[in-house]
Amino acid sequence: MSRHLDIDVAIIGGGLVGSSAALALRGIGFSVALLDKGYCGAQASGVNYGGVRRQGRPVEQLALSQRAHAVWPRLQALIGIDGEFLRSGHLKLARNETDMAALETYAGETAGHGLDLELIGHNGLRERFGWIGEGVVGASFCPGDGHANPRLVSTGFAAAARRAGVQVLENTPVRGVTRNGEGFALEAGEGLSLGARFVINSAGAWAGPFAESFGEAVPLARIYPSMVVTEPVEPVMSVNIGMEGGGIYARQVERGNCVVGGERALPLDDPDFSRPRGEGALSIMNRAAELFPGLRHGQAIRFWSGTEGAMPDRNPVIGPSLTTPGLFHAFGFTGAGFQIAPGVGEVLAELVRDGTTTTPIESFSIGRFGKLPSARIHQGSAAGQNQEPQQTGETRP
Amino acid sequence: MSERPTSERPQPLIVGAGPAGVRAAQALVAAGLRPLVVDEAPACGGQIYRQRLVPDGRSNKALYGSEAAKAEALHRDFAALTGRIDYWPQALLWNLRDGRADVMVDGQSRQVAYDGLVLATGAIDRTLPIPGWTLPGVFTLGGAQIALKSQGCAIGNKVVFLGSGPLLYLVAWQYLKAGVAVAAVLDGAPFKAKLNLLRGLPLAPAIVLRGLRMTAELKLAGVALHYGVSHARILGAERVEGLAWGEAGRERRLACDGLGYGLALRPETQLADLAGCRFRFDARDRAFLPERDNAGRSTVQGVYLAGDGAGIAGADAAERAGERAALALLEDRGLPHDAARARVLEADLARIGRFRDVLEAAFPFPAQWMKDVADETLLCRCEEVSAGEVRRAIAGFGVHELNRLKAVSRIGMGRCQGRVCGAASAELLAHEAGRGIAAVGRLRSQAPVKPIPLALALDAHREAAE
Amino acid sequence: MPLLHRIVRKDHQAVAFTLDGKPCAGREGDTLLTAILAQAEALRLSEFSGEPRAGFCQMGACQDCWVALESGERLRACSTALVAGMRIVTSRRRAA
Repeated sequence: MSRHLDIDVAIIGGGLVGSSAALALRGIGFSVALLDKGYCGAQASGVNYGGVRRQGRPVEQLALSQRAHAVWPRLQALIGIDGEFLRSGHLKLARNETDMAALETYAGETAGHGLDLELIGHNGLRERFGWIGEGVVGASFCPGDGHANPRLVSTGFAAAARRAGVQVLENTPVRGVTRNGEGFALEAGEGLSLGARFVINSAGAWAGPFAESFGEAVPLARIYPSMVVTEPVEPVMSVNIGMEGGGIYARQVERGNCVVGGERALPLDDPDFSRPRGEGALSIMNRAAELFPGLRHGQAIRFWSGTEGAMPDRNPVIGPSLTTPGLFHAFGFTGAGFQIAPGVGEVLAELVRDGTTTTPIESFSIGRFGKLPSARIHQGSAAGQNQEPQQTGETRP
Repeated sequence: MSERPTSERPQPLIVGAGPAGVRAAQALVAAGLRPLVVDEAPACGGQIYRQRLVPDGRSNKALYGSEAAKAEALHRDFAALTGRIDYWPQALLWNLRDGRADVMVDGQSRQVAYDGLVLATGAIDRTLPIPGWTLPGVFTLGGAQIALKSQGCAIGNKVVFLGSGPLLYLVAWQYLKAGVAVAAVLDGAPFKAKLNLLRGLPLAPAIVLRGLRMTAELKLAGVALHYGVSHARILGAERVEGLAWGEAGRERRLACDGLGYGLALRPETQLADLAGCRFRFDARDRAFLPERDNAGRSTVQGVYLAGDGAGIAGADAAERAGERAALALLEDRGLPHDAARARVLEADLARIGRFRDVLEAAFPFPAQWMKDVADETLLCRCEEVSAGEVRRAIAGFGVHELNRLKAVSRIGMGRCQGRVCGAASAELLAHEAGRGIAAVGRLRSQAPVKPIPLALALDAHREAAE
Repeated sequence: MPLLHRIVRKDHQAVAFTLDGKPCAGREGDTLLTAILAQAEALRLSEFSGEPRAGFCQMGACQDCWVALESGERLRACSTALVAGMRIVTSRRRAA
């Protein structure tokens, strides 16, 4: 059975980036098809930690992150649900003086970007965050950051896009995209062909081949977060916790469950699927019980993982194709896409409509990787610890 | 009590020390292998032949009825394996991955490499939510039976049994024999469905006749038997106080202080899922089950499935399936195995399978339930999600797949990971989304298969094989 | 009125424990679930609605019967044997 669809914009990948772009584009009058090989929001957008934070991002991401920051409190109006977004504040811990110095440096470098970071010493931590255990010398607090429920938010954007008139085509993998005159021709699903004036490549960990088919191969790798959630427990954690250097991140939702991450999971035989390692999960659980004594009797009830696209310099690829007018890329968020995605959606809509965007995104140009002879797709990092970041900034929210 | 495996190389691992697991262990030992048997209970027997924690003066006949000899034989035969198996009771296997199992035992987590895996994980009661089902004093039929059998307690002074399936009459009869006042037995299936049992006479005469005798004894003792029961509602404020239902167009009501409820059984398949087994929808059990061949081989090399943990067939079938799976493991290793015995076992299993078809016809699944369930009824006990909230989530997010429903409505996100609410959620989703029950899929299992403490330490000892 | 009624083990060795601060006794061979429900009408209050719960499956599957000790340690009542001196808590909405 063959079917043809002509629309203004075809979006490949219905995660949070694609869905928020779809909604934004629909809002300014474009016809949109949002295609996903599975269910929208089932991949990185739905399995990530759920941190909604600006703190810790490299400086070049902050303008975009600030733009997204304005969207989160408006979720109810925008997509009909608040996605359990809590402006709890984000507290980034330092285990030693070196880490504390790194936090201080970051606070200095980002002053004036609107993060309003507050550096807290050991005594301040004991007074205000007494539920944090020993082994922490200080922290940096960002009051405007927080956390939300990724499963609700990503699915919610896709559902809102559908209500707004976006053609949401789930379980419809895009099999090929080619130039067609001034526009594009896409083959997808079973016998579906599309004609589009613009294409957005927001296919996450699967974006590489689409970029390559337009001569823009990139070193996109896969990382697999390792997440643990506890049963509902008494209120213990009042803020979203991170740690300088990675190692652990944790938050408590209103219902009482605590979500903890900080390890890497491993793929199964099919690299589209992954599960946490038993030892990795136990390690994170033990760390959480130690760092948050109020959780020491709690129980883990579920682990999960998922596939995230990662770039070697930890910045995403966002911006116009350098080979093909009308094609835009937005992928490779390296485990830090959740907070920023609603801002990326708005930026993509501007790019489609105006050819430019008011938010600086030059640092994320696909051109920064130069011309590669062929796509070198790495199958994820080695098992075990998070990589140590080269600069201040966590590996993931 | 919990011995470390002493073999130099990975052993076969048997999960579950019920009828299937015990017979599998026995067959492997007979062939000269030394399996590791891991079980959550403190003693072997599974649920059906569950042992008491301490002697209580009752005979085995009082506990196990007509199956007492089988129970005794099972316990005795397992005890005879001491010294030739490694046995970890009170051990929870909470994760499986890449030929290794994570097991919580003695307050630590040990990772065990295995070579050959026999999953004999048994089953739990299948229930569909009805108003009041979370009230104290409401137990599953299996739960009511365990209270009586293993703990020597009745769940009330005046008990009602509700639901369907052979277990309904068995537990009611056991309570009667124990001297407990059984107010009524309420069967959701119409009486005429029971006539199907006549087809079972040539296949399993003893079972059918026993069932008829039990029913007759219940009736003679003055226990009210109701058929074709619908719209059941459990009544009570802080605990169960009674039951209301519809029957033959009339509203009925009964007072009680304990209620046993269940609709057949459902297999515990989480470990088969984590092991990577392929699942297929089974129309008779109305559930996704891990695929297995007649010998019990799953779709994963070296992983075998036996007993109710792969498909409901009862204890007799479980014993045979456990032994048959062990023979398959031996065959697959190129070891000597009794092929003639294997054929006998398979023939027995096929006959029992035909009888299960009869039972399913006699106790059909209540297909009308998902249309009837009221919005206020709790669907997910752990997360306290109502049927109405689930309906709204299905509509609001355009959901038609079960894991998506979990993601947006929280069903299955609680401590039990969907054991109790999964079947009902699938039924409701299929109905609301206008899809077939198989089309909405099944909940993907995630480790840990049961809750484990955050402070659970990994045992630093490493197996020689790692 | 308690939920569970003993038919046997009525004269077994008494096992002292505390239930929400109140001294109680179970019998040798009891699980926590039996010991508690032979005295009381609930094992816990559910986290979200505060409604009373008293277990369901008795076989460690439904996870409805979790209780806590005063120390904060969690125990699944149906699959844990009663040990003398246990100080069990049932009335907190969420065990800390």
